[in-house]
Amino acid sequence: MIFDEASLSAFVITLELAAVTTAVLLLLGTPLAWWLARTDWRFKFIPEAVVAMPLVLPPTVLGFYLLIALGPHGPVGSLFESAGLQSPAFTFTGLVIGSVIYSLPFVVQPLQGAFESVGSRPLEVAATLRASPVDRFFTVAVPLAWPGFLTAAVLGFAHTLGEFGVVLMIGGNIPGSTRVVSIAIYDHVEALEYAQAHWLAGTLLAISFAILAVVYGLNRRFRPVRL
Amino acid sequence: MIEARFKIAKGGFVLDVSTNIPSNGVSALFGPSGSGKTTFLRTVAGLERHSGCYLKIDGEVWQDETRFVPPHKRAVGYVFQEPCLFPHLSVEANIAYGRRRSDGSGVSVDEAVDMLDIGDLLARRPSQLSGGEQQRAAIARALAVNPRILLMDEPLSSLDEELKSEILPFLDRLHEELKIPVVYVSHSADEVARVADNLVLIEKGTVVADGPIAEVLTRLDLAPAHRDDAEAVIDAVAGGYDEEFGLALLDFPGGRFSVPGPPIELGRPVRLRLAARDVSLTLERQTDTSILNIFPARVAGIEGTGEFQMTVLLDISGVRALARVTKRSASALGLSVGRDVFAQAKSVAVIS
Repeated sequence: MIFDEASLSAFVITLELAAVTTAVLLLLGTPLAWWLARTDWRFKFIPEAVVAMPLVLPPTVLGFYLLIALGPHGPVGSLFESAGLQSPAFTFTGLVIGSVIYSLPFVVQPLQGAFESVGSRPLEVAATLRASPVDRFFTVAVPLAWPGFLTAAVLGFAHTLGEFGVVLMIGGNIPGSTRVVSIAIYDHVEALEYAQAHWLAGTLLAISFAILAVVYGLNRRFRPVRL
Repeated sequence: MIEARFKIAKGGFVLDVSTNIPSNGVSALFGPSGSGKTTFLRTVAGLERHSGCYLKIDGEVWQDETRFVPPHKRAVGYVFQEPCLFPHLSVEANIAYGRRRSDGSGVSVDEAVDMLDIGDLLARRPSQLSGGEQQRAAIARALAVNPRILLMDEPLSSLDEELKSEILPFLDRLHEELKIPVVYVSHSADEVARVADNLVLIEKGTVVADGPIAEVLTRLDLAPAHRDDAEAVIDAVAGGYDEEFGLALLDFPGGRFSVPGPPIELGRPVRLRLAARDVSLTLERQTDTSILNIFPARVAGIEGTGEFQMTVLLDISGVRALARVTKRSASALGLSVGRDVFAQAKSVAVIS
């Protein structure tokens, strides 16, 4: 057996985290990207800059603030506690919240780009064909922007797989709960268990490459369509 | 009846238009590029929302100070400059898209498909169609939503000459078969002369004139009568055919035109185009001439065109026509309002 139980559980948690994060990001990122692509608001550069922040911030900075916010005395954590829930720091929920913020630009930016390249003309056409705004979004904007959705989902997933700093700060490295592959690798290296570290690192590398290769391959075949 | 009163200020450009468009026939919005024609059309469709607009269609207010009916609740059909078919849907699904969302009455999908002759293209994707075929499918799609008014924004401008002539017969057909008003935006005099019944002349954001096309094109106080390609349109009816010489005989109130060409079905209404520069004037009826079409006329107006020429408005038994003559000829013939003359038409074209 190549992987011991702890490594396997780290893989399961990692994939679970990436899947949940991607789903949440698509749900929240789609309306945000849509709004950014369509608004004429002159201060839209502010939300755009905020969305892009995780691209440049050291993950530890993000993780540090999240830890404070999500902890029992932080604004988010105390909200959880007053609702009778455990504060999300050092839980899987906390990891999801952190990952959503950390991977936000990887989902919002491709979606925004795809919506922008669809342009307003197809939506105007749909409006003259009696389609309501929601109708036009689902029957015209989404199908025409679908390469953007694919890119967004895959980048969000792959980026979450490789996350380290944020998880380390707010996850606490609890085996079976918040211990993801990247941290397991770190632990193995610290303990000079290079063989285990190799297996985990190599597998993560292979998965990430495979996912990105699929996305770039598909995007070559299906360029975003324009009217 | 479409009542539109728009006062739109858009980045330095002002569109100030007040016009009533009749509820039958084709009304052309005609004017140079940048005169505000497209803004007008988009505002009628609700694609642009500006304050200071009033729009009422068949007694139903679509926009005023307090109300704004959103575009998807307005019964318009809109044909854009480019065909804009949805690339992810087949031609059939494109047409069905609007049809499914309409009330299901009016021109049916089959009728629209027949009218534009796109039955063979239904299963194809838009990318597999020529530009002309795409535009025909787009017109069918706009018709199938049962519009109360069809808006066409330079539907031929993205096509080359050959494709234009492929589409024009279909526009003639719409003209004959459709019972809804059409507002047709164009800057091409040829297209307008062919398709329009009414002309709304628009320049720099204001309506300069509107009325029946035969009148607006020939008014000497307006720009079209003074263009190089100034022309009159004359409605006539096919009244016979000269087999020996291959001449269609076309009756109009001022007489009968003989036009070389194939036979035209008897009784069919046709539209003729008579260019001002193809009409010459004489005081006596010429007999030994090669010109076939000579009609007695009365000078109803005369105005200078450019430095050296005059444009003469002719009344041929109530039908308006134009003649372009030199200043010298005008003086030699003593042309003035009320003068009886003979108009000789060197060539006349059947345009629909």
